Amino acid sequence: MSTLERMAAILPAGTFVEAHAEKAKDGILTLELEADALAQALPRLAAEAGFETITLVTAMDHMDADGAVKGQRFEVCYQFLSLAHGDRVRLLLGVDEENPKAPTATKAFAGAAFMERECFDMFGIVFEGHDNLRRLLMPEAFEHYPLRKDFPHRGIEPDKLYNQWNRERGGAPS
Amino acid sequence: MGSMIESQTGSDDSGFFATRMDSIVNWGRKNSLWPMPLGLSCCGIELMAMIGPKFDLARFGAEAARFSPRQCDLMIVAGTLTWKMAEAARTIYDQMPDPKWVLSMGVCASSGGMYDSYSVVQGVDMILPVDIYVPGCPPRPDAVIDAIMKLQKKIERESPTRELFSPSEKDESGTGLFQMAPNQAVPPARDGGRDEGA
Repeated sequence: MSTLERMAAILPAGTFVEAHAEKAKDGILTLELEADALAQALPRLAAEAGFETITLVTAMDHMDADGAVKGQRFEVCYQFLSLAHGDRVRLLLGVDEENPKAPTATKAFAGAAFMERECFDMFGIVFEGHDNLRRLLMPEAFEHYPLRKDFPHRGIEPDKLYNQWNRERGGAPS
Repeated sequence: MGSMIESQTGSDDSGFFATRMDSIVNWGRKNSLWPMPLGLSCCGIELMAMIGPKFDLARFGAEAARFSPRQCDLMIVAGTLTWKMAEAARTIYDQMPDPKWVLSMGVCASSGGMYDSYSVVQGVDMILPVDIYVPGCPPRPDAVIDAIMKLQKKIERESPTRELFSPSEKDESGTGLFQMAPNQAVPPARDGGRDEGA
């Protein structure tokens, strides 16, 4: 069975937004899904399609250099590996800027927990159902999402949290 | 120790020598710098090489790296300091007893280096009073040893006893002789008193 056939078996009929392997330069089968179809597919991936390993959860920001957004701003990317079949599959989910929610993969794949926390930290994608969705790399009081394209690379007041901490303990201003 | 007078033989064989208080205090301080190794990235590896037998920092009395800030007087910031780590670095510095010095090792610590970024402190002098900067990415151990020798020369120029004999003349060059370790996390403000809130 091909990768696409195995995926089609676990997805409700007609739920592919688009399936393409040739557009992805690495040749990995890439399925663009709706949120409902993705949420249904995630718990069945390991047992029924043989994808027992999650290798990546990340997001892409499709904002242009001039700040324009065509369609949905973010795309969440889940990537899986099947050791038995020796192939991979990539699931994409378009997400709006106003309501950046995506289903969690942690119920079926415990290894997704840190990757989803990092994705939340960097892009602000809220993974619904994640038990412990806190920032992973940035301080918990950090207010921005640094990998969003409208975040300046030098940051917005990068010393703010340090100065706040320094004031609270009564330290001299540095 | 050029300022010391040669030992003169007294009536018994013990001998004595005369020197200035500043000279003997500075001589002791500069030859027993105990580093606090704040190894934050790849510079930390060069720091280990510098302390190890090949480069042998023990020749300059500064090989006793302690991991308790209470036992240290030279903080070596070796590597990239992030804003998240800055609070820890400042706390460690405040816990070190006076007199204390700070060596900024490598371009990341000195200026942020190639990390012109939201997460990296653009030079540890934004949060710590740095005494000497070492460029390099990472600097060779020889360069850091050279910096420590230059820091020793800087310590020689301090006047730790001036404050003791004429309190009105506050010694701005160094850290003074009888300032005790702040056992609380709150450092004294620059004007001598506590900075209330601000």
